[in-house]
Amino acid sequence: MVTSMFEVLAGDIRSERPVALAEVIEGPPEMLGSKLVVRPGPPEEVLGSLGNPDLDRVARRDVLGELAAGISVTRHYGLHGEARERAVSVFIESFAAPPKMVIFGAVDFTAALVKVAKVLGYRVTVCDARPVFATRARFPQADDVVVSWPDRYLGEVGPTLGPRDVVCVLTHDPKFDVPAIVAALATSAGYLGAMGSRRTTDERNERLRAAGVEEADLARIMAPIGLDLGARTPEETAVAICGEIIALRAGRHPQSLRDQAGPIHADRALSTDR
Amino acid sequence: MKEILDDIERWQAQGKRVALARVVAVEGSGPRLPGAAMAVSESGEVAGSVSGGCVEGAVVSEALAVLEGTGTPKLCTFGYSDDEAFAVGLTCGGVISVLVEPVEW
Repeated sequence: MVTSMFEVLAGDIRSERPVALAEVIEGPPEMLGSKLVVRPGPPEEVLGSLGNPDLDRVARRDVLGELAAGISVTRHYGLHGEARERAVSVFIESFAAPPKMVIFGAVDFTAALVKVAKVLGYRVTVCDARPVFATRARFPQADDVVVSWPDRYLGEVGPTLGPRDVVCVLTHDPKFDVPAIVAALATSAGYLGAMGSRRTTDERNERLRAAGVEEADLARIMAPIGLDLGARTPEETAVAICGEIIALRAGRHPQSLRDQAGPIHADRALSTDR
Repeated sequence: MKEILDDIERWQAQGKRVALARVVAVEGSGPRLPGAAMAVSESGEVAGSVSGGCVEGAVVSEALAVLEGTGTPKLCTFGYSDDEAFAVGLTCGGVISVLVEPVEW
């Protein structure tokens, strides 16, 4: 049986292989509904046609760009793919691989953060050098649990991290978090947060400077990690962290703990478990 | 799309034709982003959604009409404007364009 374009697309979406569908949604009647499925691979593969080889060539290039950014959008072209013309409207739907979250430190806050990150659609990896703590049993919802040193792990996967991806350092132990942060700063991850009290943050910043981290790179670090929600429990803290991740990506400015000076935790009298 | 694949394939395995509706554009305030998808079987079963519940009923009608027609994709626009003040719209004031077509490709 011949595999249809839809079956190819569905198979890639299910197995989280990046794929995009481009379709003519406005234009000459004979072109309406023409489709191009682009699989970036490697090896790259293109199925179908929008109805003109030049249009296919231009659209393929645009599709790869939108897919890399995880964006679905309508673009306009001339009948042969000309820019700045509007004879044909092509809807490009990107099915990007899910964004990645790497969490260093296998602590209670990690378990809660894994849960909230899964709700948001992240592919989550928990990494800790201590085999006793970095177990699948403790983080059943994580996609991967890795026993490794953070800098060694990022040495392997760091080059695959992009602007949609996230690194959270929850170890708050200088032995782990300084090398983890230094290695994370070498990646293109869109968000880098580090847990710890204000004192821990100050001391860590000094250690990072001593390790040769420039001020511009220090400014990339969201620490103390999370929005200023007055979170107390691991679950509330996970929401504060994920809220900050969303806001940073969206360019919004709710109050982050980093940008305040007051206590990190809500007054006990105001907390829910009083 | 991912969340409706199982339903689409189950209906197709039952020998039913299926229409797919996808949001391709959102102007102004809109609840779902481009790519939000809904599937409708020829017997009227529905999976997924394209808005916050405002236009799903109209999309089902369009989907069934597309399945009965020539199979050509149809671009439907839902939103408030003077000449369609009494037509189906979004309470949020946004305008969404939904592409409806049979899953036969």
